[in-house]
Amino acid sequence: MAQPQTLAQKLIAAACGRETVAEGEIVTCAVDLAMFHDSSGPRRLKPMLEELGATLWDPSRIVLVIDHYVPESDDESRRIVRIARDWAAEQQLPNVYDSVGICHVVVPQHGHIRPGMFCVGGDSHSPTGGAFGAYMFGIGSTEMLGVAVTGQIWVKVPKTLMMHWRGRLADGVTAKDMMLHMIGRYGMNGGRYQAVEFCGEAVRALSMQERMTLSNMSAELGSQVGLIAPDETTAAWLREAGVTEELDLSRWQSDRNADAEWHEFDAAALAPQVAAPHSPANARGVDTYSDVPVQVAYIGACTGAKLEDLRAAATVLRGRRLADGMQLMVAPASRQDQDQADREGVMQVLRDAGAQVLATSCGACAGYGGSIPDGASVIATTARNFKGRMGSETAQVYLASPYTVAASAVAGRVADPREFLA
Amino acid sequence: MNADTTTHRVWRVGADIDTDALAPGAYMKFGIDEIARHCLQRVRPDFAGQVQPGDVLVAGPNFGIGSSREQAAAALVRLGVAAVIAPSFNGLYFRNAFNVGLLLLTCSQAETLAEGEGITFDPVAGRIQRPGGTPAELHCETVPGFLLDMVQAGGLLNLLKQRQTS
Repeated sequence: MAQPQTLAQKLIAAACGRETVAEGEIVTCAVDLAMFHDSSGPRRLKPMLEELGATLWDPSRIVLVIDHYVPESDDESRRIVRIARDWAAEQQLPNVYDSVGICHVVVPQHGHIRPGMFCVGGDSHSPTGGAFGAYMFGIGSTEMLGVAVTGQIWVKVPKTLMMHWRGRLADGVTAKDMMLHMIGRYGMNGGRYQAVEFCGEAVRALSMQERMTLSNMSAELGSQVGLIAPDETTAAWLREAGVTEELDLSRWQSDRNADAEWHEFDAAALAPQVAAPHSPANARGVDTYSDVPVQVAYIGACTGAKLEDLRAAATVLRGRRLADGMQLMVAPASRQDQDQADREGVMQVLRDAGAQVLATSCGACAGYGGSIPDGASVIATTARNFKGRMGSETAQVYLASPYTVAASAVAGRVADPREFLA
Repeated sequence: MNADTTTHRVWRVGADIDTDALAPGAYMKFGIDEIARHCLQRVRPDFAGQVQPGDVLVAGPNFGIGSSREQAAAALVRLGVAAVIAPSFNGLYFRNAFNVGLLLLTCSQAETLAEGEGITFDPVAGRIQRPGGTPAELHCETVPGFLLDMVQAGGLLNLLKQRQTS
């Protein structure tokens, strides 16, 4: 009987051509897919590749998404986006998604990330791909240069922190709340750059997009990856995304007796969570902050503006209006999600409530494009609320689920969405 | 990388220094010179203007949390910072730092170092020495040779170039 392995170990072993790997080993892995975006990608990689006189190892394994500096708001943004477009043409990249949404959502929506793959992305939220049973993590531009030239990268085989969620979430409580709760409990380096795997009944019951939210915010937990073993939900979603290849669901599971550090959670007991300024680790139950007035609500980002996030917000906002003086901005995570939300009437519900709809890009989440008003108290579905992150040094940003953000937009203060869903 | 006998002056910052503090989003569209000018302005407005080549930054736990933007490490290299010493680093930041040639020393006792004091360090032996301080010597985690090679070369890009020519 072979050494029992975690899902993380199985994925790494496959990528480095071994039967098994042991925790703590440093191994070199072959990369199946490298995701670039306009900010960390071409504008940084092109000059370095030229300096080296090197070429791309395999353009078919590269996916470029232009999402950070669009829509172009000034000369610098235009220059950065122009470099990305020109370079994509010059390199004849077969997979380019320009101004159609945020990489972490667009790339899986086109079926690029599948169980068993080993992937890197030039962005910290790249662990989102772990929701599909792929080993995917974020790296910087220089390290991406190494991948772009060699198709390889080193990893230290991590320990697995098994986050076991028993029971079912209550109505109005989401993957975002699960994640904020875990970050609040363990802190922003609680993941210690190891592998987190989410499991248990509550995780199995989550839709694919909700699973993506869990994996996405593994970045804020400080783990290298945030894995979810694939199942029928994964397979059905990938079929929908146009994947026709055979999917080996049974192979990409942690062995029952594999060595891992287990952490137990009760989904049924979880209340909606809110993280106070200026750290996701300041997450507490929504009641803790229910007297905090807010003037701006933001539903955006890869973390919190996917189709299901938009639907969640619409559930609360249907037939309601924003509180006086409240501004609600909605930046859908992808064009595909926005179009579907349009067809379902979800976008109309948001507009009728008073929402202002922004472009499908990273937008104000990263403070790259647009900004939230100075001095405002903001409640956002995004992943980070570091001081100045959203473009204003004086704004106070609270993080919450789309339900909670929508409820707060109606109440004019941090509000428990369960009061609106009864 | 050889043991370093230069004395380095300590700059102190706190815990949870994030990548937005090191490389603010609003300046990300510009080059590294401009980003470096605003490095840590939120937590130490005097830092970018007054730090001298060879100085070291000493921080609390969780240094470098947040984004994958390697400018958060490259800005410190641009300013001539010789090393960052902290009890713990974000994993992604750790990789980026060495890739752009920034030495990180993981030292559980980092916070006993004081603003302005002079230290020497030896990343191979895993040692930080502080003449006149208490304790006189701190232990840090040793840094694997292949990462020190990157620091010595001035980052992965330079290392790859050296390998091309050798």
